[in-house]
Amino acid sequence: MEENKAHTSVFAKPKNLKRRKIVNSIMLSLCVVAAVISILPLFYIFFYTTKSGISSLNLDFFTQMPKPVGEAGGGMANGIVGTLILISLGSIIGIPVGILAGIYVTEYSGGIFSNLIKFVTDVLSGVPSIIIGIFAYGVIVIPMQGFSALAGGFALGILMIPTITRITEEMLKLVPQSLREASLALGVSRWKTTLQIVLRTASGGIITGILLAIARAAGETAPLLFTAFGNRFWSTDLNQPIASLPVQIFNYAISPFDDWHKQAWAGALVLISLVFIVNLIVRIVTRDKFANKV
Amino acid sequence: MEEEKINIVTLADEGDLSETDVLENEPQGKSYEVETKNLSVFFNGRPAIAEINLKVRKSTATAIIGPSGCGKSTFLRALNFMHDMVPKSKVTGEIFINSRNISEFDTVDLRRKVGMVFQKPNPFPKMSIFENVVSGIKLNGNKEKKNLHEVAENCLKHAGLWEEVKDRLKQPAVSLSGGQQQRLCIARTIAVEPEIILMDEPTSALDPISTQKIEELIFHLKKEFTILVVTHNMQQAARVSDHTAFFYMGKLIEYSRTRRMFTNPREKLTEEYITGKFG
Ligand SMILES: Nc1ncnc2c1ncn2[C@@H]1O[C@H](COP(=O)(O)OP(=O)(O)O)[C@@H](O)[C@H]1O
Ligand SMILES: [Mg+2]
Repeated sequence: MEENKAHTSVFAKPKNLKRRKIVNSIMLSLCVVAAVISILPLFYIFFYTTKSGISSLNLDFFTQMPKPVGEAGGGMANGIVGTLILISLGSIIGIPVGILAGIYVTEYSGGIFSNLIKFVTDVLSGVPSIIIGIFAYGVIVIPMQGFSALAGGFALGILMIPTITRITEEMLKLVPQSLREASLALGVSRWKTTLQIVLRTASGGIITGILLAIARAAGETAPLLFTAFGNRFWSTDLNQPIASLPVQIFNYAISPFDDWHKQAWAGALVLISLVFIVNLIVRIVTRDKFANKV
Repeated sequence: MEEEKINIVTLADEGDLSETDVLENEPQGKSYEVETKNLSVFFNGRPAIAEINLKVRKSTATAIIGPSGCGKSTFLRALNFMHDMVPKSKVTGEIFINSRNISEFDTVDLRRKVGMVFQKPNPFPKMSIFENVVSGIKLNGNKEKKNLHEVAENCLKHAGLWEEVKDRLKQPAVSLSGGQQQRLCIARTIAVEPEIILMDEPTSALDPISTQKIEELIFHLKKEFTILVVTHNMQQAARVSDHTAFFYMGKLIEYSRTRRMFTNPREKLTEEYITGKFG
């Protein structure tokens, strides 16, 4: 009898069921509110930028050079191409260095040196981007005796390194040790195991990290001020100052001209779309062929 | 009768426990596939296994039994240099594969000779079933123009998986069941044509039916490969192995013919373990 009672009580309605349900729904609503708050700014930015920029956005904006003060029209062709060049240069430096450093830290060293790298990348990721610009000014601009696309790309590359290193490290740590062992036990060498098994297994997360780093670098203005500087004219010469969307947006936005303000909004819209499109392309090109099958 | 004589392993009369490898009626010139001499492995200076002397014949299955933490995995992993990956580990003593000291081998070459199957099935998640089977060959950059499809079919047939997967070779390996994954791992291992296959509790994560399939597989594979299998399961050891080694607290306590081990063990400790008094 005693046992029977205990048994049924498990299925009986507990007295505080109502209270539990209420607490549950309060917590759930709080989560929903927080989620909405976190995505609201993004929608607002998209909405506001589109609203303010769309009127100045036409084919000319992509194909024309900036017009002199007072003349209406013109575009930011130089800035768009400049930003693409700067991001490419930054990626050429930032992606391999970031990934290799991440690999080194997780796969090849466990000692003081690896902790030092972790510490330095943490510090580096906290360094204000303008300081990175000053650094690039010191090591590239001064020796080369002039502002240049190279210096700008270098600054962006340095900026990308800590994000990519950190993400690579975190993603590689998630790869189970048993996969490394499985590969090594097949007689596959250490470096091939790292590249073909470990890195490949972690590639999804690492690509996300790279995209984050690119998105951040694409919008950076401060480090470009002392490096790429900006250019009102068409230039794709890596040794010359080069235009970029963020710097151009900045210059237009602080100008007193209404027309330029509108163009700045259009520039911002293009910059956001650019990041979005790069994201999309990389996702499609590198998509996991098994993603939907498992 | 003939076979009985060749395989009986007995203790030297009053010999020390680790010296358990005296074989009667030694056939002349027949060498051992695996032989360890005073093999010890240390982690952080503490021995996990000590002074292990063991000899294993070609084309036999040897079971390694013993309670958790007694050093079974440590012993197995020493045989293909897996302790390389563990910082602060040290291996002393000698290991011979085919009478050659493994210090003469390059790590990578050694591992191609000595394959390994792990406790938890570990197929490569980003690869298809087919890619998994041929992964060893491909990653090793085997330049010979082998027909990979033929190799894959052969190995999958060997591993008793072909009929189940022949129509879905392009599907991800992780879509297979646990038991199928483990047989895939075995197929992947034999694809690099090892001579010895180490198995570390290959069925402990599997259901009884998959376990039975793997056991049958071991029984067949030992014709072509020399197999060392760690197991927690005494019945499994009895079913699949020719010889059994009982480890306890890092020492090799007894090494005998399996039938003898389970009917008439030499050591009291062995008897207590196999009758379930501890473990
Ligand atoms: N990587 C390692 N680092 C430190 N100690 C280890 C490591 N691997 C195993 N050991 C120790 O070695 C002993 C034997 O472990 P193991 O060979 O895994 O036992 P078994 O496989 O028989 O259960 C245990 O005491 C374990 O704690
Ligand atoms: Mg073990």
